[in-house]
Amino acid sequence: MSNTVAVPVTGTIDTVSRFTAGAVEKRKLLVERVAACILGIATIGMVLPLIGILTVLVAKAWPALSWSFLTQNPQNYMTAGGIWAPLVGTFYLVFISLAVAAPIGVLAGVYMNEYAGDNWGTRIVNMAVVNLAGVPSIVHALFGVGAFVLFAGMGRSVLAAGCTLAIMTLPVIITSTREALSAVPKSFREACWNMGASRWQTIRTIVLPNAISGILTGVILQVSRAAGETAPILFTGAVYYVAVPEQGLASYLPYGLWDRCMALSYHLFTISTQVTGVTEGVQYGTAVVLIGLVISVNILSIGFRVYLRARKRW
Amino acid sequence: MRQRFSTRLGLLAEPIIEWTIRLCGWSAIFFVFAIFFFVFREGAPFLFGKLDLTEFFTSVNWRPDSRIRPQYGVLALIAGTMSVTLLAAVLSVPAGLGAAVFVSEFCPRRVRESLKIVIELLAAIPSVVWGFIGYMVLNPLVIWATGAPIGINILNGGVILALMSVPIIMSVGEDALRAVPDTYREAAIALGASRWQLVYKVLLPAAKNGLLAAALLGIGRSVGETMAVLMATGHAVQIPSSLLDPVRTLTATIASELGEAVEGGDHYQALFVIGTLLMLMSLVVNVTADLVVKGIRGKQNV
Repeated sequence: MSNTVAVPVTGTIDTVSRFTAGAVEKRKLLVERVAACILGIATIGMVLPLIGILTVLVAKAWPALSWSFLTQNPQNYMTAGGIWAPLVGTFYLVFISLAVAAPIGVLAGVYMNEYAGDNWGTRIVNMAVVNLAGVPSIVHALFGVGAFVLFAGMGRSVLAAGCTLAIMTLPVIITSTREALSAVPKSFREACWNMGASRWQTIRTIVLPNAISGILTGVILQVSRAAGETAPILFTGAVYYVAVPEQGLASYLPYGLWDRCMALSYHLFTISTQVTGVTEGVQYGTAVVLIGLVISVNILSIGFRVYLRARKRW
Repeated sequence: MRQRFSTRLGLLAEPIIEWTIRLCGWSAIFFVFAIFFFVFREGAPFLFGKLDLTEFFTSVNWRPDSRIRPQYGVLALIAGTMSVTLLAAVLSVPAGLGAAVFVSEFCPRRVRESLKIVIELLAAIPSVVWGFIGYMVLNPLVIWATGAPIGINILNGGVILALMSVPIIMSVGEDALRAVPDTYREAAIALGASRWQLVYKVLLPAAKNGLLAAALLGIGRSVGETMAVLMATGHAVQIPSSLLDPVRTLTATIASELGEAVEGGDHYQALFVIGTLLMLMSLVVNVTADLVVKGIRGKQNV
């Protein structure tokens, strides 16, 4: 849409007023400018706090941030030291939730875009996905306790927490897979069908390869979501403190599937509200590492999307 | 086409694969019911056995640990959730919808793309970090600005929740505005409307339902948010009388007490009953938003 210049439409036509704005038009333009200003300020008002807050966080965390902050364990009843144990715990949880959610989510997206007809059954599936995305995170935690910890007998463990996160982040993968698949033109499928390929063969050889990068974008978003969530892992597997080796192979794989673990998000909650005497640097440092992790994963996904759009041939 | 299509094995495997895909597709329905079932199941014995529903909804006393007479009234908790959500809605709905209009109608294309990325990043910040910001950064600011004795209260929590729900409102609202066909815009401009007149007289009425759904989804997120309100709104179970009172929400109560409650005890089950209540609330909000959006699709025929 181009800039619109208000053309004067006045009742009486005379040579003076024909090409200059009259009082009505002037008011109209004024109102427009004021409105644009107010809306612009509202928008900037959302972006500025983000920048301000990030600046404050990074500034306060700066003294504490170092390589050893990442590779050391919390020390001295968690008041000092680094964040190695919770960081590894977060990787565990993300990995498990990804392993559970990615196959189910991608296949569900395939079903919704390729198999589901336009009927009430599909509408219910749609509704279910929307509702699954809207369930409060703490209710997911209760579900995790009821279903995985107690009913499935996993106990409070990495596995139970990972599964809870997987259910919670499932809608992210389903929705983006569906979008990626629906961006593949119908004619691609028709061409393939005409060569005698069955539905699944078409999906496997034509649709999925063309949509794979879009699907990956959704998977990456799921990772960022799972890494940041706290409430669902509260009672399903995350704990205050676990002693973890810092050196050697055992430091990379410190938790078993049935163990409880530390997690970065829960650790941030603990050291800022539950433990007294934690130095500010450690608190802010943990927050900045968590934000950094989540945001860089997100930027990766955005980069992917931009690259995709540029490369698209149809 | 590089591969040969029909091998005998592939044909045999096809029905199995198709059924796996179907099952995964229906899994979302299964999970929603499973969530409801398991949360309800844990709380059911208490709900049907001991809980006095009148007390549950009308009493302000939430004293599950009392040795003499435990009381389970969630009115104060509901008031806590409502007050924080209301403040967040008052702040975030106008800002979010305003930003949606700005980004979709007033912004140059380039600025629009980068603004959308910033908003997306804003939406990605984890709730525990928002809670941390409320607890550590906003807390002293609130004390300094208002002179309140404690900075973690409704005001703090409301501002944090508003910042969290604005990105959702904005992106759903922008989608709603984009969904209005360009012919509407062209017609309005051809009649000599300014851009503001176009927005006010044409786009807002046309996208009304979508914008309403955006607001509802933002509010839904505020109601269900846990970690941020747990850290930023304080812990007093009370009916608030001013913006500077600390309150406790439904979600924060579950998060802070489930760890201490005895498994299978009354208190434990009462928290699951609250969970069921929250689940029902979010279902109502989401289904309403969905129906509101579907409403326009039906009428418009674009």
